[in-house]
Amino acid sequence: MRRTSPAWALTRGVLLVLFAVFFFGPLLAMLDYSTRKDGASGRTGHWWSQLVTNPDLRGAIITSLLLALFTVVLMLVLLVPTMIWVRLRVPGASRLVEFLCLLPLTVPPLVIVVGISNVYAWVTYLFGDSALTLTFAYVVLVLPFAYRSIDAALAAIDAATLSEAARSLGAGWVTVIVRVVVPNIWSGIMGAAFITVALVLGEFVFSSLLHFDTLPVEINLLGKSQSHTSVAASLASILFVSALLLSLSFVGRRSRGTKGTTR
Amino acid sequence: MTTSPATRTGTTVRLDDLRRTYGSVHALDGLSLELGAGELVVLLGPSGCGKTTALRILAGLEEATSGTVEVGGKDITRVPANKRDMGMVFQAYSLFPHMTVRDNVAFGLRLRGQSTDRRTARAREMLEMVGLAEHEHRYAHQLSGGQQQRVALARALAIEPAVLLLDEPLSALDAKVRVQLRDEIRRVQLEVGTTTLFVTHDQEEALAVADRVGVMNAGRLDQIAPPTELYAQPATRFVAEFVGLSNKLPARVLDGRADVLGSRVPTVAGSVTGSGTALVRPESVTVAEAGDADGNARVVSVAFLGPVSRVYCRLDDGQEVLAQVASSLAARLSPESRISVGVEATPVLVVE
Repeated sequence: MRRTSPAWALTRGVLLVLFAVFFFGPLLAMLDYSTRKDGASGRTGHWWSQLVTNPDLRGAIITSLLLALFTVVLMLVLLVPTMIWVRLRVPGASRLVEFLCLLPLTVPPLVIVVGISNVYAWVTYLFGDSALTLTFAYVVLVLPFAYRSIDAALAAIDAATLSEAARSLGAGWVTVIVRVVVPNIWSGIMGAAFITVALVLGEFVFSSLLHFDTLPVEINLLGKSQSHTSVAASLASILFVSALLLSLSFVGRRSRGTKGTTR
Repeated sequence: MTTSPATRTGTTVRLDDLRRTYGSVHALDGLSLELGAGELVVLLGPSGCGKTTALRILAGLEEATSGTVEVGGKDITRVPANKRDMGMVFQAYSLFPHMTVRDNVAFGLRLRGQSTDRRTARAREMLEMVGLAEHEHRYAHQLSGGQQQRVALARALAIEPAVLLLDEPLSALDAKVRVQLRDEIRRVQLEVGTTTLFVTHDQEEALAVADRVGVMNAGRLDQIAPPTELYAQPATRFVAEFVGLSNKLPARVLDGRADVLGSRVPTVAGSVTGSGTALVRPESVTVAEAGDADGNARVVSVAFLGPVSRVYCRLDDGQEVLAQVASSLAARLSPESRISVGVEATPVLVVE
């Protein structure tokens, strides 16, 4: 039997309510504000429809989503093979890789931007002035978080033995990585990807100071003229990222044992 | 089986003067070893003796500093692991966690481009051989340790490897499962006739399954011989001490016979002449009840092991001797009993 004294049940109830108010209060307030008619009573979907109809806002949303996508792809392409390779073949270098990946955490974003704006003169020269060139800066920005996620997944499996078993059965290195290691660290890879999306959709300092129109920059701008729309966009962004992170907790559970179990 | 056992004769393996150094450490110091077709050779030795390094070099997972590896008369020293056609079972559980048992066993066949039907049939056949056909849809985490190693064995044999490599496959298992699986590995190996190299630090395991046992010491092979010969006629002190228990008794050797505890016993090749130390197995030590005057030792303690018992004795000069005798005799002995201790006339190794 579980011990549930009335005092404990009460404390638990109070805590739950407090947290609910703390978390959902602001969200409900945002929902309320973003559906309210300007200067009149009653509800309207006008501000929410601006997400699609306002060309600037729509452009910023598309830019941010594309940035998130490109950053995820580039980050995974760079990080996953490198980390697997280091773990299997050059374990001595793992300290160095970890240090390099965690480095962006130690430098304040403002400092990075000041340094990076010089680099961006070259990036603009080579790749044009599209906002999507922010991908390069964002890959560096998300490295520490993505690294942690993938590293934890790699540490949870015996990658060395699994790869040796696969190689003795005839698998080349590409097959080892694609068919044996990656499927077993899939939850870590998804975690890295979702955290990357969350970070990119919320990033303001880089894009604002480098003068690119991403969603957070546009929300800030709209806040000065059409505050209802800006709040609607903020809420949409929060809900989208929350849904992503929530779905993450199901990925790990579903990655194994869904098919073919005998009972 | 896609190839019938009759046509399957196994492949020969030759390791020639293998050396492997890590900095100043010589993990392998000139190892030469030949495996006959279909033979099961066990490399036995304490940890750090180089036995696992030798197996990993044969597997292609590690490179030798010098020396050559030949399989079926072909030099494969520079061939990468994935092109060597070797089945391997590891000490650590190595089943792919994201695949079912059947997909694990069929993995090697899939890499070889075999059709789904053939893969499935072959996987089932292998799983039947190790008695796990009904578990083919399970995942590794749903199996016991012993079952996982049996699946690993099935997976290694599914590709019909030239050589089967077993790297301490039983070390992670319970004592009872270990004995069962050890006998099963030997049965399966005889059935498929694959040349096998088995590495272990457990001498009982080695003696039980091997055609020949090679005892390794500091990167070299001290002796390689069939189990009975290895036990009865150890070539070096290291082998005598590592395989089975040995008493170290003072001896004097003259004309190929040694005086030990007042008995004249034959010596094996490699023994010294003059005075030395005889390495005598506990079962070669004889114990008889005696009166106070004619005995030469007293019983210290008796350990009952079932049909036999171990009797710890102390000679009058203080030397301790371990004897293994029938429990019926040991039952009549108690600590401080006066006894007469001698040595049977079986050959012994006398070292300096």
